[in-house]
Amino acid sequence: MLQVKNMSFSVPDKQILNNITFSVEQGKFVGIIGPNGSGKSTMLKIIYRYLKQTSGLVTLYEKDIGHFPQKKLAQELAVVSQETPVLFDFTVKDLVMMGRTPYKKWLAADNPQDFAIVEESMMLANVLHLESRTFSQLSGGEKKRVMLARALAQQANILILDEPTNHLDIEHQYQLMDLVKDLPITIVAALHDLNLAAGYCDILLVMKDGALYMEGTPEQVLTEETLKEVFHMQAGVSKNPFTKKLHLFFYTNY
Amino acid sequence: MTKTRFTLLIGALVVGLLASMTIAVMVGSVDITPRFIWEVLFFKLGILIETDASNAQAVIIWDIRFPRIVLASIVGAALAICGAAIQALVKNSIADPYILGVSSGASVGAASVILLGAFSVLGVYAISLAAFLGAIFAVVTVFFLARVNGRISVIRLLLAGIAVSMVLSAITNFMLMMSKQQGGIQAVMHWMLGSLAGAKWSNLAIPFFSLLLVFILLLMNYRQLNALLLGEETAATLGVNLDRFRIFIILFVSLLTGVVVAVSGSIGFVGLIIPHIVRMMVGSNYKMVLPISSLSGAIFLVWADMAARIVLAPEEMPIGIITAICGSPIFIWMLRRKRYSFGDGE
Repeated sequence: MLQVKNMSFSVPDKQILNNITFSVEQGKFVGIIGPNGSGKSTMLKIIYRYLKQTSGLVTLYEKDIGHFPQKKLAQELAVVSQETPVLFDFTVKDLVMMGRTPYKKWLAADNPQDFAIVEESMMLANVLHLESRTFSQLSGGEKKRVMLARALAQQANILILDEPTNHLDIEHQYQLMDLVKDLPITIVAALHDLNLAAGYCDILLVMKDGALYMEGTPEQVLTEETLKEVFHMQAGVSKNPFTKKLHLFFYTNY
Repeated sequence: MTKTRFTLLIGALVVGLLASMTIAVMVGSVDITPRFIWEVLFFKLGILIETDASNAQAVIIWDIRFPRIVLASIVGAALAICGAAIQALVKNSIADPYILGVSSGASVGAASVILLGAFSVLGVYAISLAAFLGAIFAVVTVFFLARVNGRISVIRLLLAGIAVSMVLSAITNFMLMMSKQQGGIQAVMHWMLGSLAGAKWSNLAIPFFSLLLVFILLLMNYRQLNALLLGEETAATLGVNLDRFRIFIILFVSLLTGVVVAVSGSIGFVGLIIPHIVRMMVGSNYKMVLPISSLSGAIFLVWADMAARIVLAPEEMPIGIITAICGSPIFIWMLRRKRYSFGDGE
């Protein structure tokens, strides 16, 4: 459903992304991994049209995303970006209600359907009990979940997450990934934790120096050679004895 | 904030505004009783056929005090909603409606009329017109300076606003320094600190309809204003067309601020503190912030203008001094309160 064709992006004096091509199938959980500065966030920003590629094409349902009206795109594609700077104070419920913005015409009021969607989204993201708290009183993990609930209220077909587990403690990392994995929609997430990526993603895209280095299932992609080549890490590849998912052990010669 | 509480608050503020306006009409060199005020009002509106008020009292109420108090509430409401909108636009809690250079541009216009006699063919409207043109000139300059590759950058908008304001203030100060006319210098100072003394029924229409238009437009876009507070990236992914929406806010807010400054000078502080006080009461949702700011701003300025008329009577105190003197303590008190973060987030 989502396709990226020969996408490149450069700023004066620097090529950030170089000729990237891939496609995402409906319903898949696609993880994007790669070291810092490999272009993960930039690529996501182009996909959700905050930045514009220098050349190449991003298509959604075979249609150039540049041709989607802003609201239509927001109905198709929800984003939890790395920014969470809420200026002033909103209640959790107000914030999640903002997910309904792309469906609202100039004078439209919030209707019972919106309230039902907002409640359902809050329930899914496990923040319903916080609904009348103000955002600034919440912990980091709660804030992330509220932003996720807001994105869910957009009822989009694709959810883009930029390092969703950043700053979360271990329990909330897994809780968030469980929650996202259960969603019946397409997920594209940039992830730092390779074991989380291995445990939850159907497909992994490996980025290196602004190019797509490799693409495949976690088993195909997460090999000792790739890890050495891309992340400059020595690793042993094994299996998590409890989940039977691929698991990586990293080591240095310390 | 529930719907009922919101409705109650709006109701209380409307009553408060009407009461404040009534008190403001009563106060002055000639004492007037509340009964006469409403009688004269209803008489003029054709609801009452006769009134016990004498002709002189009717003139004072209807032609002198009423227009001035109505103007005070229009200006207060306008500055408050402009401040609220600008704070969302630049995502900065120290922003006020003058941050894009409106007041310094208007000052140049007003000073050149008063000191140099520009636009004298326009007679009494010369100052207002020149102030408005100066304001619009300043904002347009700031706007184009802040545009890079067709996009408006918020930080450039703020910095360009400061730079343009500095240059224009320098021009005003230069004109003041070179001027030999004591009276003119005082008039310019008076104008810059703001005054509502020039209010007449005939010059209320433009401010009123500008306020109405901009208020309705902003309220219709409250969702977009809210989304802007989440950050530009998030706003964009919520379907807000950032560039178009920013131009829309800059255009209409500057227009309204320009109109208001043209009739009343640059009254400071209202546009900065009222939105903050309102957010403390009702939270940040612009659906509530806009109407409540407009009413609170109106009430605040009606009282400030009343004070301006009576503290130094029979002289008039510039209203800008009153708003700063009364506003600052409130603001400082808010600073010391821990619960309100001024948009700091953490």
